[in-house]
Amino acid sequence: MATIYIDNVPYEVKPGKNLLEACLTLGINLPYFCWHPAMGSVGACRQCAVKVFKDEADTKGRLIMSCMEPVRDNIRLSVDEPEAKEFREHVIEWLMTNHPHDCAVCDEGGACHLQDMTVMSGHNYRRYEYKKRTYQNQYLGPFLNHEMNRCIQCYRCVRFYKDYAGGHDLDVFAAHNHVYFGRHENGVLENEFSGNLAEVCPTGVFTDKTLKQHYTRKWDLTMAPSVCQHCSLGCNISAGERYGSLRQITSRYNGEVNGYFICDRGRFGYEFVNSPARIRKALVRTHLPEAVTKEVALQEIWGELRQARLIGIGSPRASLESNFALKALVGENNFHLGVDENDQDLVDLSLKILRKGPARNFSLREVETADAVFILGEDLTNTAPMLALAVRQSVRQQPLAQVAQASIPFWQDAAARELVQDKKGPLFIASITATKLDEIATATAHASPDAIARLGFAVANLISENSPVVTHLSEAEETMAQQIADALKTAKKPLIISGCASGSEAVLKAAANIAGALCEQVKTAGIVLTVPECNSLGLAMLGGHRLESAFEAIQNGYADSVIILENNLYRCANKTAVDSFLGHAKEVLVLDHLHHATTEKARIVLPAGTFAEADGTLVNNEGRAQRFYQVYPTPEDLQESWRWLINIGTSLRHPVLSNWKNLDDINQALAEADNQFKGILAAAPPAEFRIAGQKIPRESHRFSGRTAMNAHHAVSEPKPPEDPDTPLTFTMEGYRGEPPSSIIPFFWSPGWNSIQSVNKYQEEIGGHLHHGDPGIRLIEPVQTNLTHYFSEVPEDFAPLQNHLFMVPLYHIFGSEEQSILAPGIAQRAPEPYVAICEADAHALQLKEGNNLDFSLEHQIIRLPVKINNDITKGTAGLPKGLPGVPYAELPAWAIILKQETTWKHQPQIIS
Amino acid sequence: MGLKILTEHINVPGINTLETYRKMGGYRSVEKAVKTMTSEEVVEEVKKSGLRGRGGAGFPTGLKWSFLAKPEGKPRYLVCNADESEPGTFKDRVLMEKIPHALIEGMITSSYALGARTSYIYIRGELMFVLRILEKAIAECYAAGLLGENILGSGYSLDLHVHPGGGAYICGEETALLESLEGKRGNPRNKPPFPAVWGLYGCPTVVNNVESIASVPWIINNTGDEYAKIGVGRSTGTKLISASGHINNPGVYEIELGLPVEEFLFSDEYCGGIWKGRKFKAIVAGGSSVPILPGELFLKTAEGTPRLMTYESLSEGGFVSGTMLGSGGFIVMDDTTCIVRNTWNFSRFYHHESCGQCSPCREGTGWMEKILHRLEHGHGNMHDIDLLVNVSKQIEGNTICPLGDAAAWPVASAVRHFRDEFEWHVKHPEKATAPGAVYSGAEDLAFA
Repeated sequence: MATIYIDNVPYEVKPGKNLLEACLTLGINLPYFCWHPAMGSVGACRQCAVKVFKDEADTKGRLIMSCMEPVRDNIRLSVDEPEAKEFREHVIEWLMTNHPHDCAVCDEGGACHLQDMTVMSGHNYRRYEYKKRTYQNQYLGPFLNHEMNRCIQCYRCVRFYKDYAGGHDLDVFAAHNHVYFGRHENGVLENEFSGNLAEVCPTGVFTDKTLKQHYTRKWDLTMAPSVCQHCSLGCNISAGERYGSLRQITSRYNGEVNGYFICDRGRFGYEFVNSPARIRKALVRTHLPEAVTKEVALQEIWGELRQARLIGIGSPRASLESNFALKALVGENNFHLGVDENDQDLVDLSLKILRKGPARNFSLREVETADAVFILGEDLTNTAPMLALAVRQSVRQQPLAQVAQASIPFWQDAAARELVQDKKGPLFIASITATKLDEIATATAHASPDAIARLGFAVANLISENSPVVTHLSEAEETMAQQIADALKTAKKPLIISGCASGSEAVLKAAANIAGALCEQVKTAGIVLTVPECNSLGLAMLGGHRLESAFEAIQNGYADSVIILENNLYRCANKTAVDSFLGHAKEVLVLDHLHHATTEKARIVLPAGTFAEADGTLVNNEGRAQRFYQVYPTPEDLQESWRWLINIGTSLRHPVLSNWKNLDDINQALAEADNQFKGILAAAPPAEFRIAGQKIPRESHRFSGRTAMNAHHAVSEPKPPEDPDTPLTFTMEGYRGEPPSSIIPFFWSPGWNSIQSVNKYQEEIGGHLHHGDPGIRLIEPVQTNLTHYFSEVPEDFAPLQNHLFMVPLYHIFGSEEQSILAPGIAQRAPEPYVAICEADAHALQLKEGNNLDFSLEHQIIRLPVKINNDITKGTAGLPKGLPGVPYAELPAWAIILKQETTWKHQPQIIS
Repeated sequence: MGLKILTEHINVPGINTLETYRKMGGYRSVEKAVKTMTSEEVVEEVKKSGLRGRGGAGFPTGLKWSFLAKPEGKPRYLVCNADESEPGTFKDRVLMEKIPHALIEGMITSSYALGARTSYIYIRGELMFVLRILEKAIAECYAAGLLGENILGSGYSLDLHVHPGGGAYICGEETALLESLEGKRGNPRNKPPFPAVWGLYGCPTVVNNVESIASVPWIINNTGDEYAKIGVGRSTGTKLISASGHINNPGVYEIELGLPVEEFLFSDEYCGGIWKGRKFKAIVAGGSSVPILPGELFLKTAEGTPRLMTYESLSEGGFVSGTMLGSGGFIVMDDTTCIVRNTWNFSRFYHHESCGQCSPCREGTGWMEKILHRLEHGHGNMHDIDLLVNVSKQIEGNTICPLGDAAAWPVASAVRHFRDEFEWHVKHPEKATAPGAVYSGAEDLAFA
């Protein structure tokens, strides 16, 4: 530790940081703009100036930028020195010369870093008496609004977008006090992380366009800590509501998971919650009207299910609690996992690899620090976007080693980047088609899943002879395998990334072998496996029967009724099979929040709360159990699935469920029933948790309109809604201090109204939150060495006459079931297509846009062709989950059907 | 007639060709250096010469060279800063245009001294015709074996490239120049780290002015000790001065440092005195960035000592009553010049050329320009003058690169020395804004 003197008070601080970070860590308020904890310092805004003194005798001192000065032992600085204060005030004065002062109509107002810093610096009198410069704003797509006049030129946006996230279409133009931050022309911002600009921008230049459509000030939002539902990474988010609709998603800092950022799917996909397709009332199809009250619905269910032979189908997008409640209701033998057969195998295998393998399953933060990465079969930007962002940071690790040698601290961003130049890596990608990360990769291979697996097995064999030998490799494959093996072996913290996206067990096994082989030599090697949905891993841990056996159970009369939990079966099984299953079942009860093909076929539909209306726990791909909290109270008919299941269980006098009252009861039961879930009780404090006898408020103390917002219904102020499940309240009353990290509804601190207030919640800037980051890891590797290597090396892929091997492709905007219902996301989703390579297209006499007819699992599918030369000959890419592309278990062989007749001349109509 | 080192042969017909240049003794320094000297010896000679950076800062060139890091496995670069864009400075252009080989010879010898295998001349984009001249000269050198592989059979190889800038003044700042050369936006870098350690493409780099590099051949041919004998004290050698403004003989002059300023300004050999017999009002002695001085303070220091054309003598009195030799952009103003208008003009330039990276310069330069515009056009008030000083004071020393200082100094010094003229603009706007009206003294201020 180093001792530094700030205004003559000695402090112990961690060396290696800069003075600004040191001051902020110590809780000293020092204004800043261009510095960002995740992006380092560039010394551009000059806002964080302090005085530094040579020694005790030095009274004059020297003005320096605290973000550019490293912590040195015995350094003496002053934050309060008059000249430093005056200068900081002047910096704000300069920034304000052209700022439009339109706070009243600005979306950032009330959560604006510029407002906070202006107040903090003390500038309040305007001496600038001239016209302000104005700009033309740009259309940037459905996610972000652009208002350049507000810009204070801190350069954070381009630094995040280009340097951090690897974007290409945002830049700085022009010069002097007319610099412009935007695209070269109007158009959609292409990068998948563009939404972070709304948080990175210290003022209102880039703001959330979806929020604008139903705008609410931050202080008027009812907010709750939540977890993103749109992929398996479990990024932490804060969700905000007003007037019964979800208004905004912002990233919620988690030092172990997503850090400061989230992807655009996570930020803008929330609008499905407000969708008109929501199920808001219980429906009994045989009733007139269909919509019934909770009591009627439960009565109906009691009548039908009391005697029924019941099975349940769970869901990888429903909480652990809901799935467990269903499992408890129908009984262990009758609980089926509502997932694609292949996915079930893959997730089970992933779980086995994480549990039994010696390699540690890295958190996202650890991924950023990996110094050699090999990705097998995953298009991360589209399957697990924030993992792609973490990999983008990891490729800087090895080049940055020379920065350390040059004794330039990493946070000195411009100098570090200058030194590194465009050196990157090592990063190797073997994927089905080209991915966005290819541009930063050392080497890439685009191949069929089997070929990817073979390459992986070859790498594993080169690292450890215990892993099986791969024969008949091409020379190019051998060279690449050698290159990868060398890079991984020499790295200090090598990482293998794979997952379920390629649909191939062989790929996962190859990844497991490499990780195992590496662990024989490098004990710090890590593995990350992505899984399809936000709770896929949790569901797999919970365990249950296959979907197919549910179909059989109904078919052969073992069961006659089914409860389907938050699941559209048409997305995980063949249409004919589902039709027949639902047709044969006597009673179909579906709990879900949106209408879809499965709810259409159900006789009873119960309105389930989305993540915004429910509490629950998800297990992410890392095996981290994380709690998400209900954001706002809902009418009684709309409730958590697990609460519906408790209601059903109670009405059926179920011995277990009738004793459950709230979320904690379920978790308690789960932890007792299954040893692997013992940890989840520690994932978040129980409902009885209080600080100074108080609950934690979801609303800020400035929340307005409490007595007026319902005045058009009744002027009397109703009793505030209660929350029996959590230590949070739905009101403004409660403990105002800092709650435990997992139940922070929003970040706020006196003088810090913007999201930058997270500084005040961290142990050290950019580090862990106080008392540890949210979530509990349920899976840790137990062995130190892999005892059993997978030995099934697949044969190389061989094309088949008149067939195409269909492999799944993914789209960040489009492949996920719920986010695609958000209008902004839908706008960014591609049209349905099937991707084949030029050679195949030529052989089939097809051009881009022509229709390809093929038969896949007894379905005849017609899709327009998209030429993609990164697809292996003989294979074809089918976008998974995209609306308009029917479900099929992939990968699978498709039979090419005869081409439709093309007329040389249009037939003439003879009249 | 003083000693001419750089411009001795400037009027020889055909001096821009390799043949004539060699006939006049050109490229002897290359032969001498690459064949008979080690690179350390060349650096040592330059150190001994006391040659100081001619771009404006006056930092000893030899010392700068000795700071160059020499890590294993990394190339080193010499970059010539030919982005001469300071208002009032046009010496490098003349040198490159007339005797391109003087620069190229210097580049080869200097590159050899620094161990650079590739060197660049970053030339101002407006000087495309000079770029063509240089490229032609470089082609001649390649053909003659003076550039390329194995120069003159010595085993030393060098590639020399000329790269045009896009016309931004800021790209004359050495780190912005490097950014621009790397193909990026020309924003200056924070220092440290300095280019000598992490310069072009993250490699050790020396950035030198054209004139500094062109002085090297003479030093190598005649030894550094001989060079150090020219001039006075720590201001050794000769210096090109680009004299402009209200003088009888504007042009580029090579002078021995130490020449009395009075002689330079008034003798017919040089500027030939103030034109049209008018009075000497003020001068910007080293390019537009240096503090402006009233005539009398320029000729004699506040203590009454006559000034010499040296780095030290011109800066005597500090910023209170001195200025800087700078780049040698010598702008003379007679008594018909309006200082407010002139300051506004300078300020407009700096506002336009601010890169927009750091707040004080980006916002402050524009603000100063607006205040000066208002004062000049008769709409100012007394507060404006103090505000001007205040803004300039906050910019000074608090920016990433020296452009902030360069913008602040002319303004601060103009108000310091000519405050009554500013006040006259406030008090008598109708007189001050009349066509051709110029403040002529305290009596103007007293009576309407």
